[in-house]
Amino acid sequence: MESKLSRRAFLKGGVAAACTLAATQVPAAEASPDTQQHLATLIDIRKCVGCEECVDACRTANAAKYPDPEKPFPKMYPKRVKTADWSKKQETQDRLTPYNWLYIQQAEVTVNGEEQEITIPRRCMHCSNPPCVKLCPWGAAKQQKNGISRIDSNICLGGSKCKSVCPWKIPQRQTGVGLYLDLLPSFAGNGVMYKCDRCYSRVAKGELPACIEACPEEVQTIGPRDEIIKKAHEMAKESNAYIYGEKENGGTNTLYISPVPFEELNRAIEKGKGKPHLAPADNTMAQGNNLAAAMLIAPLAGAAAAVGKYYNLTKKGGDQNGA
Amino acid sequence: MGRNPTDTHDISDRFLTYGYAAILTFLTLSGFGQMPIFKRYYIADIPGLGWLAKFFITHYIHYLGAILLLVFFAYWVVQYLLVKRNRIEITRSGYLRAAMLGGILISGGFMVFRNLDGVWLPPGFIILLNLVHLGLVMMFLATAFYCLISKKTWTRVPSTNM
Repeated sequence: MESKLSRRAFLKGGVAAACTLAATQVPAAEASPDTQQHLATLIDIRKCVGCEECVDACRTANAAKYPDPEKPFPKMYPKRVKTADWSKKQETQDRLTPYNWLYIQQAEVTVNGEEQEITIPRRCMHCSNPPCVKLCPWGAAKQQKNGISRIDSNICLGGSKCKSVCPWKIPQRQTGVGLYLDLLPSFAGNGVMYKCDRCYSRVAKGELPACIEACPEEVQTIGPRDEIIKKAHEMAKESNAYIYGEKENGGTNTLYISPVPFEELNRAIEKGKGKPHLAPADNTMAQGNNLAAAMLIAPLAGAAAAVGKYYNLTKKGGDQNGA
Repeated sequence: MGRNPTDTHDISDRFLTYGYAAILTFLTLSGFGQMPIFKRYYIADIPGLGWLAKFFITHYIHYLGAILLLVFFAYWVVQYLLVKRNRIEITRSGYLRAAMLGGILISGGFMVFRNLDGVWLPPGFIILLNLVHLGLVMMFLATAFYCLISKKTWTRVPSTNM
C-alpha cells in the first residue's frame, strides 16, 4: 500500500502534465502521411500497469496484416538458411514476433527506496533517420513523411537486413509468405519482415494508433515531435524522471519517460531475441553521412589534382622552351 | 626528338588504371554486399572476406569507394579536357561506359542524399533508384568485361592521314 501511495505521489506532477497532452485523435495537420512534421509518441512508463490492453488492441487492429504462410516452405539452399515460422505460435505475447508487434517488458527496480515492478510497452522506435528504411536494398522498408516507418509486405523479400541494422533488432521474420515465393524461393529471400507500422492507415484518417486508443491509463500521447520532446523535458524536470529516445540512434519518434535511469532499467529487463534493450544507442547512420560530406569535396579534389598536373606540365614545357 | 612535356603516359596513368580497377572491385563487392547474400552463400566465410557480411562495414566501404571514384572520374575528365583532348579521342565503348558510370554515380548520389538525416524522398522513387543503380551496375560490369576480353580501350589516338 505504502508503495502504491509513494508511486502515486511520485506520479502526481507527471500525470497532470500528461493530461494536457492527452488527445483523442491525431492532430489533423500531422495525420496526413505527407505532412512534413514527424509524429512522435511519448510513453510514460510510470503510468503503465501492464494490463496488456495495448497489446490486445494492436493484435486486433493489425490482424489482417499478419502473415498467412504457404506450407510446406520451399526447400532452402544452401542448408545453412534457416526458416522462421511463428504461424503455430501466434499467441506468443512475451516478445516481438511477426504476429505480435508490441509487448510488455517487465523490470524489478527500486524507486525512491521502494521495490517496484515497472512495465514497459515495447515496439518499433520509429527512428527519425531509420537505418531499416535507409539501408533496405529494395526500398521495401519505407518511411512516411510523418515519420512512420513500415515494411511493405508486398515487396519485402525477408532478407532480414533491416533487423541486422536496427539498434534494437525489432523486425521479425516469417518464412513462406511474400514476393520471394514468386522469384527464386529456394535461392533468394526468406519471407517477409514484420514490425509495428504505428497503425499508419488509422493515423492517415486522423485516428489514434490502436495501442494509444485502448490504453486505460493514457500511458501514451502522440503529437509533433518537437512538442513531444518539449513535453518530455517538462515532465522529466517536474518529477526528476529520465528520457529515452530523444538522442538514441540520432533520435527516435518514440520517447520513454522513466522514474529510474534507463541504465538501471536496461539491467533489470529480460533481453534477447525479440526482446529489445534500453541501452544507449549510437547514431548508426552518422558515420556514413559524415563520409557523404566528403563526396561533395571529392570531385573538386580530383579536378584540382588534374589542374595541378596541367600547370606543372605547362610550366615544365615553358622552362624547356626557354632553356 | 625529346619527350613531349604534356605526354601523360606516365606513372599517374598507371596509377589511374590500377587504382580504378581496385576501386571498382571494392565498389562491386561492397555494393553487392548491401544485399544479404554473402553470408548465405558462404562467401563471407572465406578468410579475409568476413567484412562482406557486415552491413555497416560494406556501407562505409561503398561510400569510400564512391569518394575515390569521384576523385578519379573528375581527375580524368579535367585531365582529358586540359591535356589530352587534342591528342586522343574517346571510343564509342568509352562513351558507353562513361555514360553508364555517370548514371551509376548520379543514382548513387541520390541514394546518399536520401540517407541524410531529415531527407525524405518518395518511396516509389527510392525503389526506382535502387533498380536503376543495380541495373546500370550489372550493364556496366557486363560491358567492362566484354571490353576487357575484346581489348576495347576507352580512348585511342586518332589516325592521321599523312
